[in-house]
Amino acid sequence: MSHYTLDARRLLCPLPVIRVQEQVGRLAKGDTLEVLCTDPGARHDIPAWCRVHGHRVVDVRTQGSEIVITVEVQGRE
Amino acid sequence: MGSPPLKAFRLQAAGQRFRYNSFFLLPSDLITMDTKRKAVALISGGLDSMLAAKVVMEQGVHVEGINFFTGFCVEGHTHAIRKRHPERPKRNNALWVAEQLGIKLHIVDVIEEYKDVLLNPKHGYGANLNPCLDCKGFMVRKAHEWMEAHGFDFIITGEVIGQRPMSQRRDTMPVIARESGAGDRLLRPLCAKLLPPTLPEREGWVDREQLYDFSGRSRKPQMALAARFGFRDYAQPAGGCCFLTNESYSVKLADLWRSRGTRDYSLDDIMLLKVGRHLRPRPHFKLIVAREEGETRYLEGYRRQFTNLKTVSHSGPLALVDGVVSEDDLHLAARLVARFSQGRMADQVRIAVTTPDGTARTLEVQPLPPDEVQAEWYIDHEPLHA
Repeated sequence: MSHYTLDARRLLCPLPVIRVQEQVGRLAKGDTLEVLCTDPGARHDIPAWCRVHGHRVVDVRTQGSEIVITVEVQGRE
Repeated sequence: MGSPPLKAFRLQAAGQRFRYNSFFLLPSDLITMDTKRKAVALISGGLDSMLAAKVVMEQGVHVEGINFFTGFCVEGHTHAIRKRHPERPKRNNALWVAEQLGIKLHIVDVIEEYKDVLLNPKHGYGANLNPCLDCKGFMVRKAHEWMEAHGFDFIITGEVIGQRPMSQRRDTMPVIARESGAGDRLLRPLCAKLLPPTLPEREGWVDREQLYDFSGRSRKPQMALAARFGFRDYAQPAGGCCFLTNESYSVKLADLWRSRGTRDYSLDDIMLLKVGRHLRPRPHFKLIVAREEGETRYLEGYRRQFTNLKTVSHSGPLALVDGVVSEDDLHLAARLVARFSQGRMADQVRIAVTTPDGTARTLEVQPLPPDEVQAEWYIDHEPLHA
């Protein structure tokens, strides 16, 4: 199980979701991905994408003007 | 397509009849014969594609959604840049639809590939710079590629005959099926009964009798079907999901190409066309002026790419300068920005001018009087095909 980060700052939705989807597709079950975003829409859309694909959102927090979302991969895409 | 199978045999499996056709079936069809059929549904986020997917799911088919991001999509978050329409849900409608249906949604970035569709549409444009027929063919082709790569059996779209003037007509539907390469693996559940039977219908993967015969621009049949499925909350785009159908947007895109002398664009270009007032006071530069706080915040992300102006002595918008400007041009730009600030009636307004490398200075200017702001400077006032 490994931890990865993804810089999706300045990207407008749905691009942060697309980048998460691409990255998660390369990860294994149990890996975690920390996503840095600036589009407030990512706060809703990344968890929505995780729900429909069966992945787990471990944490959503605000860090200054950024939103940090941590996803735990539940299986291969 | 539509010719009788040359070589066919029938199999009984799980109580269902399958017919093997050496022309139309893929090797995966034989392998998966006793398993659930799989369809990929183009999900726009609107009602029609939601219903089409649901109709096929109701027949026991495994459905997953696919959504293509061209850069021109009107997303909830594009609206969210501005604070207009606070009552509208700020969500990605395609993802929301997938969640309502309980299916996976694959969102695919096609920004680069889409350029050829927009710049060289074989079937031309609609009323604005919308290449709807080429666009639909492109998306079905991409869905077909995805279908083959992932071992799916057919494609679903929410098209309805006569719903859209360019891409959803009886005569253009076969064009989409043919040019996309999907052929008769393309099923339109909402109007299937008005079209020749497709492979999924002929092979019994779906029951044609449980499909629909919707046509025309009326939304009543869709709304009735939505009520039957218990869908009460759904987006109402019906063609309004793409900026290229918007006249003002198309005029700004045409202006961008004209001013650069080339028909090309980057993602930043087309995103910026969605934001702010666009004024071209001189042929060689334009100003993008934020209309409110949300747009100001968004444009701030571009301060390292463009010379930008911001009122200092009064509250006012951020503006980006697109083009190479002289000192006189900058002075004019500053007077225009002052015009859009709270200092519009003041004798002098102080404006901070910052270049992309961060060098800043201040200009003291008199706001441009309203009668000197020429109507033709507003880019979306220009005729599109001029």
